[in-house]
Amino acid sequence: MEMPNVDPFTIAKKDRLITRLLQVLPDDAVIHEPEETRAYECDALTAYRCPPLAVVLPRTTDEVAAVLKICHDMEIPVVPRGSGTSLAGGALPTADSVILGVARMTDVLEVDYDDRIIRLQTGRTNLSVTGAVEADGFFYAPDPSSQLACAIAGNIGMNSGGAHCLKYGVTTNNLLGVTMVLMDGTVVEVGGAHMDAGGLDLLGVICGSEGQLGVVTEATLRILPKPEGARPVLMAFDDNETAGACVADIIKAGVLPVAIEFMDRPVIRATEAFAHAGYPDAEALLIVEVEGSEDEIDEQLEVIEKIARTHNPVELRRSTSSDESARIWLGRKSAFGAMGQINDYMCLDGTIPVSELPRILRGIGDLSAKYGLDVGNVFHAGDGNMHPLILFDANKPGDLELCENMGADILKLCVEVGGCLTGEHGVGVEKRELMGHQFNEGDMEAQLRVKDVFDPKWLLNPAKVFPLSVTESRRV
Amino acid sequence: MLKPESEEQLAEMVRSANGPLSVRGGGTRHVPGDGEALTTSGLTGITLYEPGALTLVARAGTPMAVVEKALAKEGQRLPFEPMDHRALLGTKGTPTIGGAVAMNVSGPRRVQAGACRDSLIGVRFVDGEGTVIKNGGRVMKNVTGYDLVKLVAGARGSLGVLSEVSFKVLPSAATSVSLLIEGLDVTRAVACMSMALASPYEVNGAAHVPVGLDGTPVTMIRIEGLEGSVTYRAAKLQALLSSFGTVVVERRSGREGGLGVEAGWAWIRDVKAFEGTDGDVWRVSARPSHAPDIVARAGAEAALLDWGGGLVWLRLPEGTDLRARLGDFGGHATRVRGTGPGALPPEPDALATLTSGIRARFDPRGLFNPMTGV
Repeated sequence: MEMPNVDPFTIAKKDRLITRLLQVLPDDAVIHEPEETRAYECDALTAYRCPPLAVVLPRTTDEVAAVLKICHDMEIPVVPRGSGTSLAGGALPTADSVILGVARMTDVLEVDYDDRIIRLQTGRTNLSVTGAVEADGFFYAPDPSSQLACAIAGNIGMNSGGAHCLKYGVTTNNLLGVTMVLMDGTVVEVGGAHMDAGGLDLLGVICGSEGQLGVVTEATLRILPKPEGARPVLMAFDDNETAGACVADIIKAGVLPVAIEFMDRPVIRATEAFAHAGYPDAEALLIVEVEGSEDEIDEQLEVIEKIARTHNPVELRRSTSSDESARIWLGRKSAFGAMGQINDYMCLDGTIPVSELPRILRGIGDLSAKYGLDVGNVFHAGDGNMHPLILFDANKPGDLELCENMGADILKLCVEVGGCLTGEHGVGVEKRELMGHQFNEGDMEAQLRVKDVFDPKWLLNPAKVFPLSVTESRRV
Repeated sequence: MLKPESEEQLAEMVRSANGPLSVRGGGTRHVPGDGEALTTSGLTGITLYEPGALTLVARAGTPMAVVEKALAKEGQRLPFEPMDHRALLGTKGTPTIGGAVAMNVSGPRRVQAGACRDSLIGVRFVDGEGTVIKNGGRVMKNVTGYDLVKLVAGARGSLGVLSEVSFKVLPSAATSVSLLIEGLDVTRAVACMSMALASPYEVNGAAHVPVGLDGTPVTMIRIEGLEGSVTYRAAKLQALLSSFGTVVVERRSGREGGLGVEAGWAWIRDVKAFEGTDGDVWRVSARPSHAPDIVARAGAEAALLDWGGGLVWLRLPEGTDLRARLGDFGGHATRVRGTGPGALPPEPDALATLTSGIRARFDPRGLFNPMTGV
């Protein structure tokens, strides 16, 4: 993968930069020794690594503003970083950039149950947002699978989703306001604890802008009352088409499950061998979960099972207890780990119209045969967010490239059938060069204009999201 | 009046425009500016509807009624319950799907299902240089590139002319009921609505009418879903809210002298309480718990609370400077009807710089509607 040429003039500014940073930050907030900056050389896309020029770990919005002002003055690129869990390389540094990590900004600033909001510093992890309110019966809905580690800052940057967004939406639907620092050090308040924008909906474009418009230091999030309970039903089918048709019929029926998860045979077999969840050996498996009181859950599951029966499932197993629920979810939750036991894998996250499910699964099967790499599919079927896992051997020369090429072909197929390159992970560096398959020049230009306004010098995370050739004339 | 029949025609008209355009959908709201009128009402038709994928795509000028009818046939609906402005503004015309997007029009269900912008998953529009731009698409999870979909929603036609919009839709509810509590003052009503919304019983409407049809204040809570579930939750909420007074459960048919569930919520949604009245109408978006203070400070002739208090409608004598009365309250006030001070809330300098920068880049010739309108 190509990254921009490193600017030797920027590297030469390092000593002066460190001196200036230490004037506005405590000593422990500036990391610049090469053996220490290496800890920040990559995020969860570990195939690509590059230690940054320096790392700063501020504790307040004012400190963030001071850092950005210095980097703006000195024209040094800045790469914002939450917890470094991006699968797309969103926090991958360049050798001439400063990593600005918000990991030390974890305070809860306000909780208001009457207004159903929480305001916090964005270095706080996703799961610990729920942790701060669950004793009082509330939760924060978006639940990316990295939720134990990932920071709200990164969730906002990538507009993260999760398994439960069919009912509750993704980050942008649960974000009410932010405090953000622009590249020149200006602090702006966008939105607040109220429910809509007074002028242009800047919050809407900030969320999901992959750290290219500003550094979000504080956020106001919507919290929700916890449902009384939740229980899944497991259903298995002889072929993917039938499972896909069943998903569409469930959605049409008027009950909105909180999650519909889909696993294909390679994943079912891998998880069975790994976690022994007691899954049937079928071609396709669905886990459909609904929420409410015990009776409400049964009422909804009746409707769902009635639909499932019309598709002749080879197994239909309703959970009747929390033990059974945990068992049904066990396989799904260990799917990634199970695939990782077999080999290295690359996880894609293209989204497709649900109706195209059978076609895309056939297409992925064909590509698997063509490239000679195995693929397992586990994904959020309710909203068409695929997660093909391509198995490869990172130690075998050429395998990573082969895998990347196959991944690109799968994503192009997703776009071809009316979907998109990424449903919840973000573009980062990983899918940057594929953007031209989804957007034409005018579509991309419209997006670049927004960055031109927020960051005229193109210093914030500049080598991400858009093809390098498209942004070349704008970058320093 | 310019009336393009296709996206290509629309783009050509924008490219060849020599002066400001006054862009409108079906003409149910007042469009500011005095440029040459351009209506999207010739761009009609549902271009894609997949009930099994909860997805609908329509050209921007498609009448709302056409969209709602197609959805109803499949037992589905737009989640955000769009307001019809005609009664409040005393206008005629035909509400269009593109108009709802341009104004981010969202009704009572906003508290649970989100605003128009939250259901909107894709747009096509023509910018000020006549370039057709697409963003988002027809899938409900999409983080590919910047989310211009949200930016365009509620931009009041200031960034471009919408040609096509895509939505995530939802199944309609099998059963809807209202819980009605009479006699609460605004402070108690907001406390009551907050308690209901903070419960696990999936309240998707919470409104307060300080002067109901019979003169008595009424607080309204709505729940929807499968029959058994609604019955269960209604009973739970009745018990939970009993300290606020007698909780009457209103079913589809409606209680005597009332409007019934559906018409009752449409009455809230469309602010029918202010229909045919004089004076300015303001829409205040705020933290729900600030609503009592806002109502007190406004000294309005009439008020109506939706979104559990997060949305306050106020009727004031013509020309009243409501913002001066409210001071800084963390939300914003928009004048929706009348002649008082600037309709849209002023922005702090840093935000205004960003907003005007974006507008200048999407509409470099200043063709489109100024961001001042109702």
